[in-house]
Amino acid sequence: MIDTLLLSRIQFGANISFHILFPTISIALGWFLLYFKLQHNKTGDPSWQDAYQFWVKIFALTFALGVVSGITMSFQFGTNWPGYMEVVGNIAGPLLAYEVLTAFFLEATFLGVMLFGAKRVSQRVHTMSIFLVAFGTTLSAFWIIALNSWMHTPQGFSMVDGRAFADDWFAIIFNPSMPYRLLHMMVASFLTVSFLLAGLSAYRYLRGCRASANHAVLKLALTAAMILTPVQIVLGDLHGLNTLEHQPAKLAAMEGIWEGGKGVPAVLIGIPDPKTQSNRYEVSIPKLASFYLTHDWNGEVKGLNDFGDKIPPVAPVFFAFRIMVGVGLLMLLTSWLGRWQLRGGRELPRWMAKGLVLMTFSGWIGVLAGWYVTEIGRQPYLVTGVLTTAEAVTKLPTGMVLSSLLAYLAVYVGLLFAYIWVVFYLTRKVDDKSIAQPSIIPVSASTTNPLGAQ
Amino acid sequence: MPPDLTAPAAWLPLFFFVAMGIAVLSYVVLDGYDLGVGLLLNRTADHNKDMMIASIGPFWDANETWIVLGVGLLLVAFPLAHGVVLTELYLPVTAMLIGLILRGVSFDFRVKVNTSQKPLWNFLFYLGSLIASVAQGVMIGRLIVGFESGFLGWVFAFLVGICLPAGYALLGSTWLILKTEGELQKQAMGWAKVSLWLTAGGVGLVSIATPYFSPEIMNKWFVMPNILWLSPIPLLTAALFLVVLKSVSALQSGTSKKEWVPFVAVVAIFWLSFFGIAYSIFPYVIVGKMTLWQAAAATESLYVIFWGAIVVLPTILIYTFYSYRVFWGKARELSYQ
Repeated sequence: MIDTLLLSRIQFGANISFHILFPTISIALGWFLLYFKLQHNKTGDPSWQDAYQFWVKIFALTFALGVVSGITMSFQFGTNWPGYMEVVGNIAGPLLAYEVLTAFFLEATFLGVMLFGAKRVSQRVHTMSIFLVAFGTTLSAFWIIALNSWMHTPQGFSMVDGRAFADDWFAIIFNPSMPYRLLHMMVASFLTVSFLLAGLSAYRYLRGCRASANHAVLKLALTAAMILTPVQIVLGDLHGLNTLEHQPAKLAAMEGIWEGGKGVPAVLIGIPDPKTQSNRYEVSIPKLASFYLTHDWNGEVKGLNDFGDKIPPVAPVFFAFRIMVGVGLLMLLTSWLGRWQLRGGRELPRWMAKGLVLMTFSGWIGVLAGWYVTEIGRQPYLVTGVLTTAEAVTKLPTGMVLSSLLAYLAVYVGLLFAYIWVVFYLTRKVDDKSIAQPSIIPVSASTTNPLGAQ
Repeated sequence: MPPDLTAPAAWLPLFFFVAMGIAVLSYVVLDGYDLGVGLLLNRTADHNKDMMIASIGPFWDANETWIVLGVGLLLVAFPLAHGVVLTELYLPVTAMLIGLILRGVSFDFRVKVNTSQKPLWNFLFYLGSLIASVAQGVMIGRLIVGFESGFLGWVFAFLVGICLPAGYALLGSTWLILKTEGELQKQAMGWAKVSLWLTAGGVGLVSIATPYFSPEIMNKWFVMPNILWLSPIPLLTAALFLVVLKSVSALQSGTSKKEWVPFVAVVAIFWLSFFGIAYSIFPYVIVGKMTLWQAAAATESLYVIFWGAIVVLPTILIYTFYSYRVFWGKARELSYQ
């Protein structure tokens, strides 16, 4: 059944999926750029300057895509979900307004100084503008995730005549799932950028680049990923426990648990089937889910059947969760192995470099899968227990939504290809240009070192 | 009809109505000049295109943020109107967003791709600017007629849709007079003159058509004594058009060096036109259907943003001014170094 609701959901899903790719990169990349800049200020080592010069180009491109897709998001609330603002506008409104007022203008204004002002302002002011841009993007994430988390675990309000009114802003902003979601997303951003840095550095390395800047970035990226992946796994587990407490239906869908009870098994693989309310081809380990969810082998966990018809579509949540975990484990493996291979100034084996290139955008897959788990898992609610998605949707004719959806999709697919292509193109171009620069020195201890550096 | 303005439930919505007006006006003027530069991009040689874009490169992102604040204030302060307005404007909003997307990404793609692809991104930059400008004009037109869906209502909306790009081109060309030199500046003076006539025609047409389409607006303007104390608006506007014409001619002939005069005069024209439209619409959010007090959010929620806005908006103005000061003077080639 193709109707306005389904099309609006697809359109919003497409918009938010496209949008989130770019802030995911720009949040952490801003802080990495600040680090490059500070290292250069401190040591005077030109390789950090080179790293800044190259990565700021990627940052500018990413930021532009994030801005334009973000503007689209801000309009989508009204165009496709008028019921949303009518019911929870008193709460969503101020949070969105504070994002624009405190973060949006800040990052947009200082982006100009950061990108084009290096020769017009002092080094100190330039460094400061990089900080303000990074700080602004992070502050944006804070407000947006506060609102998003409130939609998952709403509190601090009362309903009067079908509209939400705020009682306690502190409780609204620091709602139960907010700290977990914010930290999980921030670390996801840093992991995404770590693999982007590592992937493109490995790509340059494979093409013969031995610039010290490139090697330094590769090493930094793998070190960051090596530390952050285990942190992320712990955070993910804590977030899962929070979900079990506040959104048990979502958790049951993630785990593929239909029948609740004591000592429930952990489902490794299977195909959830809503008709039979069970998993086909299920492979599971008895009692394990109870253990890691409740830390008790006979702990009680609710199943999907305990929630009547208020359950999310199970299969997408179930599979997206497994994809997210799979990407995480792959990241763990590659970062530890890759960092170990680089120990003591050694070079990366070519096969590993190729592997890292393949994983350049692996963070995107993990982040998207993670967002599908949490957002599809919230269905059928838009605001848990308060407003369903179906109640909020526009009453526009299907054809109108379909035409806008097709237009957006065409633009998004085109831009996504253009973005990935340009990122690799820039990477190739930087070495063609910088080959004559003095900062190009051999990195490897195993090759001859005519300059005597390192 | 206006409620007791000493009560927060009355003055807070009014405050946000004015704030929304300022955000939209700031957007129209600021993004107006850079959309205008986009509209003019195809009229000059390739080496000038880079300079045109360099003149707006450091600013466009912050300029565009004003529309997010505008729509943000609409949804924050007037949640009941927000859904109605954006549902009514669904198609022009979609077109505008796609235009803004194409334009915003072209800024960056055009300098990063190899030269063979550059004309494509230049074209998309122009196309995006055109789509966004026309769509915004249509939106303003629809707003003025209170979303009247008859045939003439749409004709009027498209009339505004054609006029607004001319106004943006005027803003853009006077901006270029201010920010560039030599051959490009000479060209910009030519563009300014052509777009001046188009804009004047547009403002005239819209001023005649608006009261014709909306009896409500007709009653607000053409009754005694309103017509007397409102008369400075059209008279001043006409005088400012003359100022632009004279000052551009003086710059062309070299008898004047005041390159800022045309831009400032055009900004003043936009302010007056905006005040005219705002006066026509007030106190409605949706003309003839919903006043700003009917559409307002809960007073407590408005207070929450009010205090934030009082503190933050001046800060935004300070650093906006700072960024314009950093990039003061003639535009230079953009580089990340």
